[in-house]
Amino acid sequence: MAEGALTKAEMAERLFEELGLNKREAKELVEQFFEEVRLSLESNEQVKISGFGNFDLRDKKQRPGRNPKTGEEIPIKARRVVTFRPGQKLKARVEGYAGTKQ
Amino acid sequence: MTKSELIDRIAGKQTQLSSKDVELSVKAIIEYMSQVLAEGGRIEIRGFGSFSLHYRIPRIGRNPKTGTPVSLSGKYVPHFKPGKELRDRVNLSLESYPG
Repeated sequence: MAEGALTKAEMAERLFEELGLNKREAKELVEQFFEEVRLSLESNEQVKISGFGNFDLRDKKQRPGRNPKTGEEIPIKARRVVTFRPGQKLKARVEGYAGTKQ
Repeated sequence: MTKSELIDRIAGKQTQLSSKDVELSVKAIIEYMSQVLAEGGRIEIRGFGSFSLHYRIPRIGRNPKTGTPVSLSGKYVPHFKPGKELRDRVNLSLESYPG
């Protein structure tokens, strides 16, 4: 891969080059892909992408916290978080990566 | 939502692309992301999150059935860090969609 991370712009560029979508269509499609995943998650619906992984939702209870600077006690409010569980296929592909430690 | 439901939902909102084009595109995006991670790269999607690899040090594991020690070599595992917009939208849904 080239320098830097894979971004939406690069994904759109590849859809243009490899699938022949026009540039505007490609950009919109990539945007829709991530927006549909967000819409599903914000409806409290898990997302399962076979071959890649699952985006799960977890509800965290309120728990006591502390301001690390002042030591003052402040409760950490109940919240909902997204977790990603990579699928077997993705894990197997990544495990084979023999690069230097990050 | 599964991959095929994702394809259907996008196709239902598309005014330009056929369902077939949407299907090919969704599969291609997933393949690009997998490839990049398999090569040790990162993915950064603003408002959604970033994917990277985390290294797991070599360790001695155990066969859960027999208890026999097994040496496990170091390996990389995919990791996702949700972005701010996704975190905020999901957290807000606690009220509209209580668990």
